[in-house]
Amino acid sequence: MAIATRKKKQGRLVQLVNMPLDWLEERSGLVGGVKYFLFRRVPRDTSWWHTLGSATLTAFLVQAGTGVILAFYYKPHPDTAYESIQRITNDITLGWLVRGMHKWGASVFIILMFLHMARVFLFGAYKYPRELNWIVGVLLLVLGMLEGFAGYLLPWDQTAYWASVVGINLNGTGPFVGPFLAWFLQGGAEIGANTLTIFYALHMLLIPGAIIGLILLHLYLVVRLGVSSPPWSDEAAGRDRYVVTTNGRAGLVNPAPRSGRAK
Amino acid sequence: MDPHGERPHVPGPSLWPIGFAVGIACVLVGLVVSWPAAAVGAAIALIFGFLWIRDVTGDYRSEPRVVDAEDGAAPPVVEEAELPGYSRSKFLELSTLGLGGVITAIVTVPILGFAVLPAFVDQELDDLDLGPLDNFPEGKWIETTYLSNPREGEVSRRTAYIRNNGELSAGVPSFTIISNRCVHLGCPVQASGPRAEEEKKVETKVGEVTLTEVTPAAFSCPCHGGAYDLEGNRTAGPPVRSLDRYQFKIEGDRLVLAQVYSVANVEGEAAQARIKTYDHAGPGIHIDGLESWLYPIQPSQVAS
Repeated sequence: MAIATRKKKQGRLVQLVNMPLDWLEERSGLVGGVKYFLFRRVPRDTSWWHTLGSATLTAFLVQAGTGVILAFYYKPHPDTAYESIQRITNDITLGWLVRGMHKWGASVFIILMFLHMARVFLFGAYKYPRELNWIVGVLLLVLGMLEGFAGYLLPWDQTAYWASVVGINLNGTGPFVGPFLAWFLQGGAEIGANTLTIFYALHMLLIPGAIIGLILLHLYLVVRLGVSSPPWSDEAAGRDRYVVTTNGRAGLVNPAPRSGRAK
Repeated sequence: MDPHGERPHVPGPSLWPIGFAVGIACVLVGLVVSWPAAAVGAAIALIFGFLWIRDVTGDYRSEPRVVDAEDGAAPPVVEEAELPGYSRSKFLELSTLGLGGVITAIVTVPILGFAVLPAFVDQELDDLDLGPLDNFPEGKWIETTYLSNPREGEVSRRTAYIRNNGELSAGVPSFTIISNRCVHLGCPVQASGPRAEEEKKVETKVGEVTLTEVTPAAFSCPCHGGAYDLEGNRTAGPPVRSLDRYQFKIEGDRLVLAQVYSVANVEGEAAQARIKTYDHAGPGIHIDGLESWLYPIQPSQVAS
């Protein structure tokens, strides 16, 4: 009797927890979507090497979060930019920490991108059918470096200023379009008051927006194509790897039964 | 090969890409080192690129045309009635797309114009008053800093090295005015030599001008080691031409800085210098020789 009552109570509790989730699921399918994303099948012999992509994503999220907070206090104008950075670093509570995270995190982000890229290259994970994801990844790498370039000017100290002068003029030496690119970047014939705000807008809005879009595409392709097993895997060994199943989704390492194949 | 098979269409292993890569590397090295090497590299890249493409596309090119032999029927003759016409729904679809495109263009073209054009329009700088001629004694170099665009304030502060060369002939003054923007990548070129302790500040109608006497043996750039002689000719390091110069005017007894121009090289010295001049160009850009063909059009700072 007592056990039955307890079970009944437990059931009600589970129901209570599930109720809002069920409500959401019924109206949006989001819970199922998240479950599909988190609990998809991956090869048995994935290792820590496969976590570099998630690590890069985490580094980007840290950059995005700290960047938004820094924007609360940063003033992108030639007369105020340097002082506002000094204020963030020296006066505002924990400002040194958030700016430090953003500054060093930028390097961490770039380094992780390269490590992730090295893993994909050495594991041969860029091969069919994942070539497009490699291409998207390379675009992300380029955008990440542009983000670093644009962000480098913002502290508006001597290093930032002259490094950006050199960087912009380096772009300017590109054949045919170079001079136009340089003029566009500095917002005129020479680096000036507009350059800082242009770089701020690029660093804050345009490039991160593009990066977020491409990350979503990158993840979509990862989910759609599945995770590749490492080259030493004896389980996959080039056989039955990319079986097209009836719903058009490429199979994972252990494909659906043969009968489930498309014609 | 069956086009809808499950196996990926992967071409067989090939060595041609390696040759192609060697060619490209050769071109890049050649661009820095010498033109013949680049040409050889380009030839290698072209040959191996061609071989590679031939290799990769071999399967497709040799694929026999699929002819349905079993049917053996002649291709169906399309009768006039079967020709697709423009139906009402097709018309509506196209006009919706077209109208949408026009509306999008009306909205986005001005926005894109605003995003790009301000950087290229109205970039000419006004002439700048640098104060009385007495501040520039004959034969002395004066480091002059001024606001190149008074509306923008301190961020536009620039430096020029000015030497009064005396009179070219009776009543015709001669000044050498060298921009301190390094023609490698735009760092500030410094006067290598003693610098006077005291600065002279002159108020002009375009803001404060600071004058400091320097005694340079040469000009040199701190960033990447570009070095120039006193006429601005490159003596060492990466710069691709001589330092830019300014035109000048004398208005009453005041020196006025006019347009900036680029210099390929300078022969002779001071008032007797023969200067090969070009339109103003960005740092690192070749203005003469073969490499200048890489920059056929450039945004121009000089009012035409």
